[in-house]
Amino acid sequence: MGFDKFGRKSFTGMTKTAKFVDFLNEGKIEGTVCKQCGAKYFPPRSDCAACLSKDMDWFDMPKKGTLETFTTAYYAPFGFEKDCPYTMGVVDFGNNLKLFARVAGDLKPEDVKVGMDVSIKPLTYEDGQVSFEIIRA
Amino acid sequence: MAKEVAVIGVGQSSFVRGYEGSIRELAFEAFREAMQDAGITAKDVDASVFCSAPEYDKQRSPAGVLAEYLGLIPQPTFYIETVCSSSSSGVKVGYSMIKAGLHDVVVVLGFQKMSEITSAESQERMGRGADIQWEAPFGTMMPAYYALYAQAYMANNGLTHDDLMNVRIKSGTYGQINERAVYRKGVKASDFDSSNPDARMAGAVAWPLRVGDACANADGSSCIILANAEKAKAFSKKPVWILGIGAASEAVNMAARPDFSKGLSVGYNAAEQAYKMAGITAKDVKVAEVHDCFTIAEIMAYEGLGFAPMGEGKQLIREKATYKEGRIPVNVDGGLLSKGHPIGATGGSQMRTIVLQLRGEAGPMQVPGEPDIGLVHNVGGVGLYGNVTIFGR
Repeated sequence: MGFDKFGRKSFTGMTKTAKFVDFLNEGKIEGTVCKQCGAKYFPPRSDCAACLSKDMDWFDMPKKGTLETFTTAYYAPFGFEKDCPYTMGVVDFGNNLKLFARVAGDLKPEDVKVGMDVSIKPLTYEDGQVSFEIIRA
Repeated sequence: MAKEVAVIGVGQSSFVRGYEGSIRELAFEAFREAMQDAGITAKDVDASVFCSAPEYDKQRSPAGVLAEYLGLIPQPTFYIETVCSSSSSGVKVGYSMIKAGLHDVVVVLGFQKMSEITSAESQERMGRGADIQWEAPFGTMMPAYYALYAQAYMANNGLTHDDLMNVRIKSGTYGQINERAVYRKGVKASDFDSSNPDARMAGAVAWPLRVGDACANADGSSCIILANAEKAKAFSKKPVWILGIGAASEAVNMAARPDFSKGLSVGYNAAEQAYKMAGITAKDVKVAEVHDCFTIAEIMAYEGLGFAPMGEGKQLIREKATYKEGRIPVNVDGGLLSKGHPIGATGGSQMRTIVLQLRGEAGPMQVPGEPDIGLVHNVGGVGLYGNVTIFGR
């Protein structure tokens, strides 16, 4: 169903939120918002736990946030070894919206700081897999 | 402080790398010790609960297989899983069955043979430790998740690498004197010194965490035998009572976590419930076992349990307050870091340590002052599940 294209290596192919991958291909990073109660979710969900609605819409994730925390991996699970070292972090956009992703490779580990202003952008790997990453604001 | 359900027997295998036997034989080691400790036979047991993380087991549905091997058929048997806190969850289920009046005596047995699968299989599973849909595709692993918390603590709470190292040095102090521990060597500052060519613990794993910040994988089993008040008094000269139990859960995805510099929410949510049920506060706890799967996890536990104010957990290790002679001794059996972390067996092993402490039978690890109240804090996943259990004489 298309979700096997998500990330460096996907572990699940089938989800009702697979359209997320199509949005990435269009250059958009989208969360979901409940049409009934307005609850916003990232990562996206197709069902609302707040009001039990299945009626969800997509929304553009904010572009400006701060890096809440991060880590640099010097060894990796099976299938990710060639990427080492790589940095992953959590972006806080406020209003209870956060995002977890890798930090762009052009940002050296020593230049990454807790609290720095960051943005996010979609990413296509050389093998056609798509993802999103954290970049310098 | 109602005394309704007691621990009447405790057992634990040695925690080892590469146990030379099957999971049945591994389970038998803890079971035998606990049954002999309780002084009962299989016909006195009404039900059993088995606990492990199933991704390491080749045997499907192990409860029935192990119940047969231990001589606990035809009594009912159940299987409980909350990853690293499986056996604490098992004790909560056993407690509930007894409290409900369904059974009088329940065996809770946690086990894990991590070496059951190959290291390649283990590597592959490691990448699927948390949210496989939205996080594993980035190449996550357990040390990286805990490193996110360590980084936030360093940036916002003044935590240092020396503080983390000192947690590891403390665990090494007690791993040396615990004959059941997998890691029996002491730990020195030079082990973390990257300029020392022989440093065993200095290598970066998931920065800011290093090799020495991570617990030791192990094979092992633990067994806790629970009884209602009537049976406890009949069977046991030294019953240790369960005074409070708390359990909580949290979002799997890091994007849904609250402030990373305030630790794991499951720790303080479970602690609040357990303290309330026991009618005590953190100040009443005389000895504790906390879930130190990584050094940072012990610092977070100090705060979640109320042993230190939020953000000040580092002070306890700086002041050596959590050593055996300190204000609140923590993990004086070596903890997960040195004793080892055979996932499904860990909670029961922590409980065994506390029960022995309260009975005054902890040998070289015994804390002074005849402790009367002890606490076990056991976390599953990256704070996905949390359990706090309070024991008293």
